[in-house]
Formats: sequence, C-alpha cells, structure tokens
Amino acid sequence: MEKKIGLYICKGCGIGEAINTEKIANIAKNALRVPVVVEHDFLCSNEGIELIKKDINEQGVNSIVIAGCSPRVKTYEFTFPGCFVERVPVRELAVWTIESPEEQQLAAEDYIKMGVIKAQKGEIPEPYVIEINRTILVVGGGISGMTAAVEAAKAGYDVVLVEKEAELGGFARKLYKKVPTDDYTKGVLADVNLEPLINEVTSNPKIKVYTSSKIEKIDGQPGDFDVTIAKNGSTETIKIGAIIQATGWKSYDAKKLAKKYGYGKFKDVVTNFEFEEIAKRNNGLIKRPSDSREVKSVLFVQCAGQRDPEHLPYCSGMCCTTSLKQARYVTDNNPEASAMIIYKDMRTPGKLEYYYKEAQNTPGVMLAKGEVVGIREEWDKLYVTVKDSILGEEVEIETEMVVLATGMVPTTKEPQDYLNGLAAAAAKGDEEKAKYLETTKKPEFILNLGYRQGPELPFLEGGFGFVDSNFICFQYETRRTGIYAVGPVRQPMNMTDAQEDARGAALKAIQCLEHVANGIAVHPRAWDTSFPEPNLTKCTACKRCTEECPFGAIDEDEKGTPFYKPNRCRRCGTCMGACPERIVSFKDYNVDMLGTMMKNVSVPEEEDRPRIIVLCCENDAFPATETAALNKLKLDPAVRFIQLRCLGSMNLVWIADALSKGVDGMLLLGCKFGEDYQCHFAKGSELAKYRLGKVQETLDRLQLESDRVQMYEVAIDEYWRIPQIINEFMDKIREIGPNPFKGF
Amino acid sequence: MHHNGSPRILVIGGGFSGLTAGIEAAETGAEVIIVEKNPYLGGRVAQLNKYFPKICPPLCGLEINFRRVKVNPKIKFYTMSQVESISGTPGDYTVKIKINPRYVNENCTACNVCAEACPAERVSDFNFGLNKTKAIYLPFEQAFPLRYVLDRTACPNDCPAPCVQACKYNAIDLNMQAETIEVKVDSIIVATGWKPYDATKIDNLGFGKVKNVITNMMMERLASKNGPTGGQILRPSDGKPVEKVAFVQCAGSRDENHLPFCSYICCMASLKHTLYLKEQNPDAEVFIFYIDIRTPGRYEKFFNKVLEQGGVNLIKGKVAAIEQAPDSDDVIVTAEDMLSGAKIHQKVDMVVLATGMQPEGMEFKVPGLKYAIDGFVVDAEGIYSAGCAKNAMDVAGCGKDATGAALKAIQIGLRR
Repeated sequence: MEKKIGLYICKGCGIGEAINTEKIANIAKNALRVPVVVEHDFLCSNEGIELIKKDINEQGVNSIVIAGCSPRVKTYEFTFPGCFVERVPVRELAVWTIESPEEQQLAAEDYIKMGVIKAQKGEIPEPYVIEINRTILVVGGGISGMTAAVEAAKAGYDVVLVEKEAELGGFARKLYKKVPTDDYTKGVLADVNLEPLINEVTSNPKIKVYTSSKIEKIDGQPGDFDVTIAKNGSTETIKIGAIIQATGWKSYDAKKLAKKYGYGKFKDVVTNFEFEEIAKRNNGLIKRPSDSREVKSVLFVQCAGQRDPEHLPYCSGMCCTTSLKQARYVTDNNPEASAMIIYKDMRTPGKLEYYYKEAQNTPGVMLAKGEVVGIREEWDKLYVTVKDSILGEEVEIETEMVVLATGMVPTTKEPQDYLNGLAAAAAKGDEEKAKYLETTKKPEFILNLGYRQGPELPFLEGGFGFVDSNFICFQYETRRTGIYAVGPVRQPMNMTDAQEDARGAALKAIQCLEHVANGIAVHPRAWDTSFPEPNLTKCTACKRCTEECPFGAIDEDEKGTPFYKPNRCRRCGTCMGACPERIVSFKDYNVDMLGTMMKNVSVPEEEDRPRIIVLCCENDAFPATETAALNKLKLDPAVRFIQLRCLGSMNLVWIADALSKGVDGMLLLGCKFGEDYQCHFAKGSELAKYRLGKVQETLDRLQLESDRVQMYEVAIDEYWRIPQIINEFMDKIREIGPNPFKGF
Repeated sequence: MHHNGSPRILVIGGGFSGLTAGIEAAETGAEVIIVEKNPYLGGRVAQLNKYFPKICPPLCGLEINFRRVKVNPKIKFYTMSQVESISGTPGDYTVKIKINPRYVNENCTACNVCAEACPAERVSDFNFGLNKTKAIYLPFEQAFPLRYVLDRTACPNDCPAPCVQACKYNAIDLNMQAETIEVKVDSIIVATGWKPYDATKIDNLGFGKVKNVITNMMMERLASKNGPTGGQILRPSDGKPVEKVAFVQCAGSRDENHLPFCSYICCMASLKHTLYLKEQNPDAEVFIFYIDIRTPGRYEKFFNKVLEQGGVNLIKGKVAAIEQAPDSDDVIVTAEDMLSGAKIHQKVDMVVLATGMQPEGMEFKVPGLKYAIDGFVVDAEGIYSAGCAKNAMDVAGCGKDATGAALKAIQIGLRR
C-alpha cells in the first residue's frame, strides 16, 4: 500500500500563540512534500479527531503525524488502527521548555520535520510468526516444579516435567513435618502430605513426567525449542514452547563449619536438614546420633554459616521458621524436653509472626538473641558459648544436642562459578583457558542451552549464584526469553513462597507462548511486533551483535555468521546499535530513519547558536524530560531530543554523521548501569557507554574534540536534573567552541 | 488463545499488585477490568521516593506498566471507583462498580491553567498533609491518567468557579454525577493494598502530639524531589535540616494492641531512609530502635551496605516514650537497651516511626468478600487476593504474588 502522510498541527494549549504553524505547514507541504497538512485549534476535540478520520477514509491518509502534545496526555485519542502514528510533543519540547520565540519556532520546525521523516521511513511491522509448540518444560520435580506443572496444566497447557531423581518431591521428601500454610490455630506442625500433589502430577494427562532424567541440550527459541532429554543412557528430543527452571537448592556444606561449630567433630552437632531426617526416621522421636538416646535438650544455632562473610553472606529467609518448627519436634513429644534457639534476629516476616508468637507461648521453647562463639564437648554433653545475649555478656549453655540452622545454596551456583572462572580465564588468553579447562572439574550443567552466550541462565552480578531478576518491579524479567527461573533457585524462599512463585512463573511461560504465537515481543515491549531484520549479505561476521545482545538472541556459526532467533529477541535494538555495517533494521526503527532525522535537524550558522542532539532512553530519560516540561523548567534552546528504544541501540554512525553536519555536540541520556542497573534491557546503557569509549577514534578522524559527545545516567524521577545536565554540557560545548564543520 | 472466549477478570485495586495482576493476565489474552479508588493508577508505590534495595525510582517500573496498559486493548480501568457489590459464582460474577465524579473530563490537556485560576486549597493527601494543593490539581507529574481532578469538598460554597472559565477546552464539568456500572466477570483479584497504620493510636510514640515525629511514609515524601520540600529532608516544625534521627521500628506492628503481624517492609524502609539521610548529610547520625532487624534473603547485603556508612546505631529495645525536649523542637526518645540493660535517653532532631501496613480490609471491606480478623483477604475459589491485601510484603513479593494470582484467575475463565 502506498504511503500517504497526513500532518496535523494542533494550535491549542498555547502552541498557536507561540508558533507560526502556517509557516511550518508550508515547509511541510513544499519542502517535505507532505500531501495532507492541516492546522487545527483543538485537535484532540471530537471535531479534530473526526477530521483526521475523514482524511483516512476519503483521502487514503495512512501515516499520521500529530504535532501537539505528548502522548502522556491524550493517550488514547489519536488511535487510528492500521495507520502509522507518530506523536510530536511540540507543546512540551518547543513551547513549554524554550523561552525565545524565534527558538521556539525553530524547535517546532525541527521536531515536526523529524516526525515527518519518521513517518516517511517507518513501516507498520509485520509480525514474525512461526508454527509454535505450546508445551511447557519444567525442569525439577520438587514442590516448585510440581506446582508450576499442575498450575500450567490447569490453565490448559501441556507440560513435560523432568526430574533427575527417581522420585518426584525434591527436598520436601526429606521433611518430617511442615509449617502450616497460614493458619496456626489448628496446630503448628502439618503433615508434609506430598502424595496428593505427586498424584495430581502423575495422573494428569496433560503432564508427562520424566524421572531419573536430565536435560542434555536445549536449542531453538521460544515456541520452538528442541529439548533433548537423557534417561537411562538413551535420549529423546522433543518440541517445547517455554521453559521453567525449578531446580532448587542444596544445603550449605556444613563441613566448612567444623572449625566454628565443631560439625563433624562432635557427633551430636547436626544440621537442620539432618535434624529433619532424624525426626522422620524415628517418627518424631529425637534420638541423637552419638548414642541413639532420646534427648531432652536441643540448642538451635541460627544463621550457622549465614549472614557471615566467610560463608553465605545472605540470609536464607526460611531457617528461623524452620527452627521454630523443629523446636516443636523436641517439645511436642516430651513435656520435659526443652529447645533453645539462639538467634541474631528472629526473622518471621508478615503473618509468619503468628508462628513465632505460637513458639513464644510454648513451654519448653526458649528463645534468646545472642551469638554462638564456640561449642565444646565434655563427657556426653555439649557446651555452647553464647556472647552478647540477654543472658549475659558470655554464658555457657549445656545441651545434649546442637542443630545448626544452615542455609540454602542454589543449584545454579556451581555451574555459574565454573562458567565465571572459565570466562575470566578466557579473558587472559587461550593458554589460560586451556589450563582452566584441564584443571577445573566441570560441574553438572542444568539447562545445557545451545546458546552462543552460554549454556545456563546468566548470573546476576552480586546475586550469590541465584538466577534472580534484577528488577524489583518485574520478578520474571529473565535474560533468556521464554525461560523462567522459579523457587529457591531464584532467591531464598520457603515452601509457601515457592508455590506462589511457581504460579507466577507458569503464568509468564504461558504469556510468552501466547505472545510468540502472535509474533509479539515479551516483556518489556510486550506490544511490539517489530523484530530485527539483518541484511546478512553485508554482514562481515564481526560478532558484535552476537556478543552484545543482552538476551542471547543471536547465535553464530564457526565463521561468526549470526543467526537471529526473533522469538528470543526483546526488541531493544542493541544489535542495531552494535553493527558497524548498519545492516540491522526494524520496520519502524532503524539506523537510516534516525540518522536521517538527525541530519535534518537545523544547524544555525551563527557561531553563538550551537546545536545539540540529545539521544535519550524512551522509558526513563525522555519521560523525565517531559516531566521537566510539565513543570515548565526551561531548557537551553540548542537541544533537540530524539528518543531511542534503549541507549543500547545507539549506533556510532549517528554521531559521526551529525557532527560532520555541523552539530556541535551529542548528549546521551541513559539509565543507570552497573550492579544495580536500571536499564530494562539489562546491558543497553552500559553498552552505549562502552561504544562511546570507542567514539574517540571517530572524532579524532574528524579532528573533533571527544568532549563533544557525553553520556549521563538519568533516572525517570530526576526531571530536575535535565536542565542542569544540559547546562553543564552546554558550558563545555561553548568552551570548546563551534563545530568547524558548521556551514559545510 | 486456543480456547473459546477470553477469561474475564476484575481486579480491585490499581496499585502495584493490581496493575501487575491485571497486566499479566491481559498479556495472556484475558479481558481485564481494573477498579481503582484514587484518581490515578500506581497506588502506594507512587508515593515512594525510591525502592530498596536498588534505590531506584518506582516511577521507572510504573512507566513500563502504564505503557503496557495504554497499548493493551484488553485492559479497561476505572479510576475514582469502587466495587459496590459482588454476586454470583466462580465463572459468573456480576459486579457493580460505582464511578465517582472527577469533575474533569477527557478534554483535559493537563495545561495547568485551571489550577492557576483556582482560589481554593486542599491538604495534600498524596503528601500526607505536609503541604497543600489547589482544589483542582494534578495528583503528581507522572500520574496516569495525566488528568486533573477537582476535590469538590475543598471548593468554597460561593466560589465563582474561575477554573471553569479558565479552561478553554470545556474540561471542567461541575455537574458530573457518580454513576454505577455493572460488569460480568469469571474471577476476581483483590489487590486493595494497605495504608499506613494510624500512628496517633500508639500512645507512647507521641505522633500528632510531639513536634517532629513523623511516619516512614511521610519520610518518603520529604525525600522526594516532587514532595513538599523539594526533596530536602527538613523537619516539619521549623524546616531545619536534620542531623540526628531516631527510627522506631515496629511502630504498631508485632503488637497485639495494634497490628499483630510483622509489616515486612519497615526494617528495610528505615535502612533505606538512612541512605536518604546520608546522601544529604554524610555526617548524619541515626538511631534505630528495633526488636529484630528483618532483612531476609539477599536484603542482608543492603543491611551491610547501610551499616558500612557509619553513624548507624542499632539498639535492640522497645521505645518507652517520645517527648519534646524542654527547650527546643528536638525530641527525646526513651528506651531500654535490652542487651546492656541500660536506659537510654536520646535527643534527636526528628523521629521517624516505622509504622506498619494496615490492610485496607481492616477498616474498609469490599462487599461480598471474606476477611480474616487481621484484615487480610481470605481467598475462595474464583476470588484471589494479591499483594498486601493477602499478607504484608515488599514490592518484589507483590509482583510475584500478583503474577501468581493472575494465573489462578485465568484458570477460572478457561474452565468456563
């Protein structure tokens, strides 16, 4: 269908008074050859909208540029199905933020021109749709995995559940009793009662269970994964749509606590996990390992090897409640027995406080804040030294048995540590890498992804081996599209939380399937039907896109030729920004489109009228700019804002092109990066910064000062910083002086 | 979708949990209606300056969620609305929703001319009474929907309504009436959230009686750039920058006379507030009076990070009294250090009460729902609570919980 552009300039909200819209209309008609140009006093009124609709129906207008206010306001009014719509916030960017009438006019002209170029160069994307498989693979058959499987099946989806052990149940199998889910008035110890859940899994025709099985390989992309499952020496490859990793945790190696707590040295010092086994084995009777005698006193040491920089620096969240429960194993069967819990802080958040309260009211259960500093054995008793407690500065407590509340280590930690070590060795050269491979024992991998960026879910810096989300707001944001981690492999959590988590992950897996079925991206651009379309005939196999993609969406062969897997893609455009050959394009977002916009920004010839292009992240820096406008903060009239999907899509060619056209400086506004990164595409802003490091070269070639291009990290709420940053940058630019290419 | 007809879900509450539940469900293909009592979406988190542990702005995630709402035709939302009745059974509920008048219609362009013309003021509930807005106001700059709202209770009786004349776009309609609509849904997600526990009920902590005793939510507003002090943490009585601040943990929480449960977020919140203070004044000294410091999981790292700042005094002990200093607006906190047994009288510039989360259901119950004695919602088949309507939890927990609730809700619709 032939493109027909309609430009609609609103004169409301003071635009008409500030801007000579007629002049712009004439530029659009003549210089930009826009066939339909309309000025209107109140474009968002019914009359205005009807007028546009009429042009669509009668004149065949199909690409619409609305020059008026930001879509933050009038969000829904300018919706024209089937049409390409571009909003140009002239009110915010020209009228509200610029003071001089002459500069307001020029800004409005520039922004409208850029809007028209976008409409000229942009196409409505055709979604990437392939035949998909809707089966969900759940890896791990513990509580989290089984819950995810059952819940996904209840929503009508087929599930394949793979468990490495011979039986389902995971860690819960080892428990004697569990903490009731919510209500503690009917007792504080509940039966684990795994059988109903296991039966639900095994009897559900929608769920296929593989026990004693492992994932040998996963290839492909969401909606179309090829998963190879190994069982008893034979393998089977099946089609899968989305994946849930629920591989759980291991208990911290208590041998490492030998020095501190005498574990291994004293037979009656056991871990909380061993204590469960003791209770289960003897059906509730607590018989100590050394002489199998039933004990009347047990002391629990909280945070054993936890909240401890030498062991696990984090808190496992569940051990306080576990010890409160296990204390009842001691007291419930024996009215004369006592359980003492020595804790740093009793952590029973939310309604678990009621559980704590129950324990406080139980005769025989004693609780004290303190630090256990040593344990010794004398005859058949243990003596525990406790410091800084309410009991005194330093006291020794006699007990028959000690339980160490040790913590959770995610199953992902070992593979991660190995892969991190490998990456570090490889960074030092081939020799180091070979040495590492030779000398380091390879742990068992879990997912075995056939991805160019590695076989497992990527680790989170500072995440202690948990494959957690970095986002507070988006718990399942995953950097491997269509693969969702769940339960204690994601973060320390108790059984109830793990079940909630399993439902969440199941929903996300379902959502991913429904999105890829329709060629729509998954979070955060959960509406986007565009996808990267590389022109591979011009590809030089430089591997930048395959290395930089934050989501591992691009594989490569030995020669380095990239293979784009669109269903893994999140549409951030990092590949587009990375490519030195500029071959990656989206239908509605590409290097040519944005480059042409930049090249068409006015560059005043006067030396004292600099021109600056600001490339900013559309989710954070740009809303901050619009908020600055709403607060009527004034900006230097030199700036022209251009929104990017993510700063990661910033291609260096834009900088070279703009500067060679006489633009005096480029300012990049992106999200915070580093350990607490705020970039919604994980690495986008960081990669922009990295590329910027390389721009020096380009600028040197042009014999320009590298300070002409700078990047700032700006959060969405820092609207007040926008004018400050711009002023700071403008001072620098004025100090450097005008771009010598001006006027060429 | 590969089933007949999309599930229809009602979400009560458009805060973080409600938005998450609604959006996540809609992105699987469900038809979602969100009912929100405030004039904007985003709820409690919109009032927060930063989230722990990343110290990142809540608006960042809200912006993405608002965008997901804006582009998704399957999501409908009503602000200034409440559920009047629920009848029916799972898979077939009829719900009456009352939409209260905003007095500003969709013509509003957020140009602020009305507020400039408005002669009346109202106490800002968004800022917990720390300042005032005009009677016609924008809830906050990045509010969605970005539309003004008129608080008619703040309009003087004889007001000539200059706002109406000032608005060139006929956006102000003083005759707007409440209306009630009826919707049919398969399942219901209750995400009615929480409100700060009324600190005046805690006798010994002096709130409302002693100057410069504020709540943790007020602290969020004081630290916010769009708050009443432009982001400077100044004490209310005389606008003095604060050097010494006491935090009283479990103010109303873990207390049979007030909230019996632990409110989960207050330890992390006070530690976060310590960072707010330290950022503005590296020499600031804080005194945190606590029963247990609860920073579960990876939050332990945040706890350590705050302790590294120096000047953070942790005192295990319950606060007995909070009184005005005899000769100034300073505040004296009396407590017993449980570990040393020492009695402490600490003079500070300001006291922050780490007040807990009162589930909305404690005082305000949605007709047709079941509540436990502590105010949390009791789930039933077809009716699922999410976030702080279910239990005290942090934002991350709400996100997880709400996503899980979305799954339960769509299952009902798919069964139909």
